[in-house]
Amino acid sequence: MKSKEPNAFRSIIAHLVLIILSLMCLFFFYILVINATRSHADLQKGFSALPGKYFFENLKKVANDGTFPMFRGIFNSLIVSGCSAALCTYFSSLTAYGIYVYDFKLKKIAFTFIMAILVMPTQVTAMGFLRLITNMGMYDSLLPLIIPSIASPSVFYFMYSYIQSSLPVSLVEAARIDGSGEFRTFNQIVIPIMKPAIAVQAIFAFVGSWNNYFVPALVIQSKDKATVPILIATLRGADYMNFDSAKIYMMIMVAIVPIVMIYLLLSKYIIAGVTLGGVKE
Amino acid sequence: MKKKSISYSKWGYIFILPFFLCYFIFSLIPLADTIRYSFFEYYRSGIKEIGPTFIGVDNYASLLKSDMLKYGANTLTMWVIGFIPQIVIALLLAVWFTDIRLKIHGKQFFKVVIYLPNLIMASAFSMLFFTMFSTNGPVNAILMSLGVIREQIDFMGSALGTRSLVGFMNFLMWFGNTTIMLMAAIMGISVDIFEAAEIDGCYGVKRFYYIIFPLIRPILAYTLITAIIGGLQMFDVPQILTNGQGTPDRTSMTLIMFLNSHLKSKNYGMAGALSVYLFIVSGILCFFVYKMTNDNDPDGSKAAAKRKVKEERSRRK
Amino acid sequence: MKKRMISLILVASMCAGTLAGCGNSGKSNAGADTAEEGKVINIYSWNDEFRERVEAVYPKVEKTSSDGTVTTLKDGTEIHWIINPNQDGVYQQKLDEALLNQENAADDDKIDIFLSETDYVNKYTDADADVAIPLKDLGIDPDTDLKDQYSFTKTTASDANGVQRGSTWQCCPGLLVYRRDIAKDVFGTDDPKQVGEKVKDWDTMKATAEELKSKGYFTFASYTDTFRLYGNSISESWVKPGETTVNVDPMIMNWVESSKEWLDAGYLDKTVKGQWNDDWNKSMGSASKVFSFLLPAWGIDFVLNPNWDGETGAWAVTNPPQEYNWGGSYVHACTGTDNPEYVKDIILAVTANQDNLLKISKDYSDFTNTTDGMKKAAADSSFASEFLGGQNPFEYFAPVAEKIKIAPLSAYDQGCVELIQNSFNDYFQGKVDFEKAKYNFETAIKERYPDITEVIWPE
Repeated sequence: MKSKEPNAFRSIIAHLVLIILSLMCLFFFYILVINATRSHADLQKGFSALPGKYFFENLKKVANDGTFPMFRGIFNSLIVSGCSAALCTYFSSLTAYGIYVYDFKLKKIAFTFIMAILVMPTQVTAMGFLRLITNMGMYDSLLPLIIPSIASPSVFYFMYSYIQSSLPVSLVEAARIDGSGEFRTFNQIVIPIMKPAIAVQAIFAFVGSWNNYFVPALVIQSKDKATVPILIATLRGADYMNFDSAKIYMMIMVAIVPIVMIYLLLSKYIIAGVTLGGVKE
Repeated sequence: MKKKSISYSKWGYIFILPFFLCYFIFSLIPLADTIRYSFFEYYRSGIKEIGPTFIGVDNYASLLKSDMLKYGANTLTMWVIGFIPQIVIALLLAVWFTDIRLKIHGKQFFKVVIYLPNLIMASAFSMLFFTMFSTNGPVNAILMSLGVIREQIDFMGSALGTRSLVGFMNFLMWFGNTTIMLMAAIMGISVDIFEAAEIDGCYGVKRFYYIIFPLIRPILAYTLITAIIGGLQMFDVPQILTNGQGTPDRTSMTLIMFLNSHLKSKNYGMAGALSVYLFIVSGILCFFVYKMTNDNDPDGSKAAAKRKVKEERSRRK
Repeated sequence: MKKRMISLILVASMCAGTLAGCGNSGKSNAGADTAEEGKVINIYSWNDEFRERVEAVYPKVEKTSSDGTVTTLKDGTEIHWIINPNQDGVYQQKLDEALLNQENAADDDKIDIFLSETDYVNKYTDADADVAIPLKDLGIDPDTDLKDQYSFTKTTASDANGVQRGSTWQCCPGLLVYRRDIAKDVFGTDDPKQVGEKVKDWDTMKATAEELKSKGYFTFASYTDTFRLYGNSISESWVKPGETTVNVDPMIMNWVESSKEWLDAGYLDKTVKGQWNDDWNKSMGSASKVFSFLLPAWGIDFVLNPNWDGETGAWAVTNPPQEYNWGGSYVHACTGTDNPEYVKDIILAVTANQDNLLKISKDYSDFTNTTDGMKKAAADSSFASEFLGGQNPFEYFAPVAEKIKIAPLSAYDQGCVELIQNSFNDYFQGKVDFEKAKYNFETAIKERYPDITEVIWPE
């Protein structure tokens, strides 16, 4: 009972902090949207809090420019991010499950190895990676952006921690008694249990891949395979002939719309899933 | 689980095979290649290739003589500026969001909003920041019109300003992500534990310190590790904000920016040597984090138990 | 659940489609290597400037696709435009990659024409690299076919042995562009002749700067604005052929010295750090206090004009304190091209035909590469510019172009110019001392060019 007073106080503080943080987060989106609706000349005059009237004009400019095939770019990014997220979560779960549930000689070594490579920056191998995929004939294709996501040590680690806390081994044994094959057990029993973890990691992986610039910039050469960040960089770097900051803002906006939508759709599921994970135990 | 029959062990290998195969091809081979070239003089001059000529550890030696360590320190500084508020705020929010007693209106809305900045690509985000914080930009304009400052602030003109901006951006982009992660962990804690704790009179700060903290240690470790990876890889934000120069006076130049400038000039040998250094540093960092968090106590339950005992004792006194 | 499965399958099948596409595109009919011209002309560039010029004056052009990536010629041959931005060296990186693969590329993927800028033209005209075909081998005789071109453009596009390996349609003499209203306010006149007297050399310019300052105006926006004037009059190239040391010319140090002096004296806007950024753009707007900019023809048209938000006719041009050239896009025939006839045809049409060049000047306000034509333009009032309040800028451009002596070039110019500006930026802003700025330049240049061993500073 004595906790009532401090709770009211805490509640006020909590709301205050949350509102400030939300304002900070939304402020940048607000600026982006406002700027995307103004013309370059308007933007020149300085900042304005009110939107302009050039939204559709800017959109048209972005959509009709063959040097920046925006829709193609979004399509490519969707493929790459979708496949990466799927592969990365599925195989990381598989690996985590494999190491957690089974006993085999190299188990400890395998686990230690993955932990050891956990913090290695991608950039470290970038040079050799480029050489390798060139030799494999995968230069300038989307494959090298997708396949390597099978091996994502950090996702593995998350999955491993999650399995550790939420998968009773008895469940697996029960499935075996029922005559379920190992892969079937994994796909039909383990995967549903891991849904919350998969949802969280899938969106993180999707976002990470969607926003990845470093690797695609190395690998992709032709315009029709470019992903969104490459196109944005292209537009940003465009020289005086194309200098139009309104177009840049519009392009950024167009680039984040799909991902914001996907997030908003998935967010319900994620948060519900996380809650589910809590109740279940 | 220790009594698994041997016939299943092959499944273990099968299940982890894709991961290791993929890792071997796409990371280990390139890594080996990178290491090999780090002992060569190998670069491009204009459109002509120079080398590869074996030069031993010259690349390593000349890197030691360069400002590499300074860039490491820069990276660390900017990481700390961003990470401390990130973890503090994320923990706070995660606890608030999962506290049933604390009624937060529009919880759903806040949860969605705080993750939004993470959706914008870092380069676009820092571009926005660059425009907003430029001397003639909106932030200065707003501050001036409010009368807070009399003269425009040159945010990106000082080392502190640039570093703080980078840290602030990293904070803003990642605190939502961390919050979600920690929330998932806290929600994974059994309700029974909380209920039992409450009966014992354990809530508020105590609830956090004695129950939540020890029980979410694995995820906290995960957060710490990913944050360290992110910090070590810090690139897009300072790169775009300072146009690749790490201005002023290279005080915001990070290790990966340094690596990037070698990659850009196609200096494979030097970039290789730098990569090896980075690899070693990341290995050491990882070792420490791993030791620190997982040693003998994989899920933190022992520590929790110990604390409980301590608490018991102190109460008895 | 079902929906998700379907979408998963969709994603998977889309992937498969993409992958199949990748596999096939690599190979093509390698056997068709005959004397006949290929069906695809690949042109590498960093913007659509060249495409627009080709469309405007090359008679064989039929149409360009609406997105600007393919131009079809009358006989069905297609020009494919491969555009990558100059910034951050992306263009050169992609071009270099393609040049290295040129030998193994299928005919229709081979580069036929590529463009380069003055800042790095030297890298591609290098005789050893041999990526740009000597014009003579293409069937163009520089001495006769290109005799009307400004001679410095021909020198620029030649290798160390004097063999010309590229040609340009433009020539970029720079002028001083100033705000008429500020001129009236400070000098009581906006007449280009009288203002020209006020800025005719650096000493006079400084006195004028003081005058402007007393009325609260800045002479130029940033110290980078004046760089080209100094940078173009260096007496030795940054790196001498065959050497690995960077020689910083005394002229560059003069720039450093006067920039610091001007900035400290308040003649420049301290908030504008360098060019091509938001602050610089804003300094060209009507709210700015900046009196003038040093720009060539393209700069007035593509930088100043879009950034100006006041009434048209508010600007005027006059002679700069020192003659200079800024920019210039060179057209090269790429070694290994399968369309030599077309390449020759296009180069001649866009860079050597006086009528075409005058048309370009009129339509796109380029200062084009024809000495005779530009003299005509200077006297022809139909070349007057609305943006400059009816003034004919060619009147001022032409004499500057005549006097330009191009600085000796090296393949390292772009990096040297960029990095010296960046390194001394901190010094100008008072963040580091002079010695530290020098040290930072040395570090940066060695990073950019691994073969550079030493930097020699003038006494």
